[in-house]
Amino acid sequence: MLGKFIVLFACAGAVATAGAAPYIPASGAQVLERLPGGLDPARRQLQGLRTALAANPHNLDLATMLAQRYIEQSRRDGDPRYLGYAQAALAPWWKQPQPPSSVLVLRATLRQSTHQFGPALADLDTVLKRDSGNAQAWLTRATVQLITGDFAGARTSCMRLYSRAPELVVQACLANVGSVSGQAAASYERLRQTDDARADSPAPLRAWVATLLGEMAARLGRLDAAEAHYRAALVLDPQDSYLLGAYADFLLDRGRAPDVLALLKEHTQADALLLRYAIALKTAGRPDAARATAELGARFDAAMRRRDSVHQREQARFELDLRGDAAAAVRLAKLNWAVQKEPADLRILAQAALASGDAEAQALVRAWIKSSRIEDASLAATLVRLGSAA
Amino acid sequence: MIARCLMLALLFLAWVLPAQAHKASDSYLSLAVQGERIDGQWDIALRDLEMAVGLDANGDAAITWDEVRARHEAIAAYALARLHLSSEGAACPLRVTGHLVDAHTDGAYAVLRLQGSCAAPVTALGVEYGLLFDIDPQHKGLLRLTHGATTSTAIFAPDASIQVLQVAGASRWRQFGEYVRHGIWHIWIGFDHILFLVSLLLPAVLVRHAGRWQERETLKASVLDVVRIVTAFTLAHSLTLTLAALGALSLPSRLVESAIAASVVLAALNNLWPLVHRWRAAVAFVFGLIHGFGFASVLADLGLPQGALAVSLVGFNVGVELGQLAIVAAFLPLAHALRRGLFYRRVVLGGGSALIALLAMVWLAERALDLKLLA
Repeated sequence: MLGKFIVLFACAGAVATAGAAPYIPASGAQVLERLPGGLDPARRQLQGLRTALAANPHNLDLATMLAQRYIEQSRRDGDPRYLGYAQAALAPWWKQPQPPSSVLVLRATLRQSTHQFGPALADLDTVLKRDSGNAQAWLTRATVQLITGDFAGARTSCMRLYSRAPELVVQACLANVGSVSGQAAASYERLRQTDDARADSPAPLRAWVATLLGEMAARLGRLDAAEAHYRAALVLDPQDSYLLGAYADFLLDRGRAPDVLALLKEHTQADALLLRYAIALKTAGRPDAARATAELGARFDAAMRRRDSVHQREQARFELDLRGDAAAAVRLAKLNWAVQKEPADLRILAQAALASGDAEAQALVRAWIKSSRIEDASLAATLVRLGSAA
Repeated sequence: MIARCLMLALLFLAWVLPAQAHKASDSYLSLAVQGERIDGQWDIALRDLEMAVGLDANGDAAITWDEVRARHEAIAAYALARLHLSSEGAACPLRVTGHLVDAHTDGAYAVLRLQGSCAAPVTALGVEYGLLFDIDPQHKGLLRLTHGATTSTAIFAPDASIQVLQVAGASRWRQFGEYVRHGIWHIWIGFDHILFLVSLLLPAVLVRHAGRWQERETLKASVLDVVRIVTAFTLAHSLTLTLAALGALSLPSRLVESAIAASVVLAALNNLWPLVHRWRAAVAFVFGLIHGFGFASVLADLGLPQGALAVSLVGFNVGVELGQLAIVAAFLPLAHALRRGLFYRRVVLGGGSALIALLAMVWLAERALDLKLLA
């Protein structure tokens, strides 16, 4: 009987989630949708390129240029629809086993974005077998290897960039690997010095490096420096969704939820940023936290309906920080950990392991700290408590 | 120089692609099959339609209802050319009967109401889906196919664009089974029905003698009492369930739900301050009439397939009875074993009834006054 009562209360809560009903708008002038990008000339340019490619779909240069622009746009807005458009631009070559190298590099990038790391590496290896001087392929390869935790491989790939890419890119590549594999301080210093020496680098590159420096400084516990790097990056590129997410996490760690609300107010279209926004609302005790959480829940449900598993890191954090469901969080964090091993993945795994008491997750965290020699000040408190729980 | 810039642009974007993402493009297609007839609804994102057929006529990056309305024909033509239904190799032509809009998590969607018919009653529906795949190969079509109470789902993607979905209608037995399952499930989650029954059954292993409870001597006597009560309850709710499901009788659902809650309160209070003992079967019958209306509203939500009205009605009823029998089978031996002694009378009968009465009173207040008291 007791079991039944528990089920009863669980059911009562679940009833309230029903979808809105289709309707006919009251007025013809009612705006139903605003297209992303708005009146930004970049959107027009993309449309122009698309029209040109439609007239001549086998034009390789045009196709790769358009695909590249779409990938860029996707990264900026955090919107995966552009990745689909990029793939469509490459359609004549997409299914070929040996497409041109420029297509292979883009295909690898797109495959990486849907967590097909193995096929992405295979594409890159094909390119590099043809042309070991392809810097882009080496850098993308280093990225995939870093995400999947293959630090030795990533370092080797970065080394191959020497004399093939600008020095700042080479150092960023190497520092990014070193920073999470036992050389946090030295990697940070070297990248900072190179950045100072190469102040004439293009703004997007400098924005990227400033973001990396911010993350590295935060992991080293150099909070003022981290703040300065993030702010410098924001001046260079105020719209970048990755940067906004990283800076928001930094602010949340500092207990500066109101700053996060101001930072992300206009950026809740991207799930990862809505997540930070909702956590900030909750931390600040705002009444609209529940609504943001429900909205985010609906988005994760929609992603699950299409069987997407790309969002497990965010979803684990959603379960832990917003829903308080440690069991669900640790399950997702472990699934995510099996696929990717960046500092953010370790962090949610450690936090979920602590909250749930899951022994397997705790063992994974301890083993990784030991083998990777990662240093992360923002994890320290969690790790101390995990250690004492052992 | 240009090549160099392009390379640079791509160089560092490679680092930061992981999961910032919003949802990729999906369309939501629901189809309901009834005999040879197909009704459907198809939700397609306005953003995707803008890419496919162009909606933003004045190029201001804002899509108004007027702009969508002006493209209704183009939208219908585009969509219908990319969805082909068939049954036993013969096409089931579709047409768009209405245009609406709706909101999903990633923005506004055009809603197309669909209607179609096949040459013969559908047993397996072939679906060939090709919406947007040329524009966005990461697009997916999420199909929800219903047939009576049976629902199946399918996901369409470029490498899974043609699928055949079995429609349960082929087998009356399967449909019957589905409704039996729904009946059992409804009893299992319908706590008000269970608690009502339990309230009436709790005293079944006892007998009222000179104002005091005494245990019944034999299991047989208890079983007889239970059979009388359950039979009366079943007869009554089957009667009203059938009448309501056929549309012969109807009551406002708030009244029905409140009356059900009240019936639980009364049945539980009757155990604490017994007014009716010998005539509990009559009580079960009278209140059973009300509970039948409650079952009917569930059945109405499931939808009754016109072609198989009797099968699904009987199936649902059988399911409800099976669910009840399971409760009785679990309850009676236990109650019989515990019936001697104060524990049963004070804790099980007294405490249990008090708890049930309390909970049902909360329900009554919630339903009658339209409040939300329990989380």
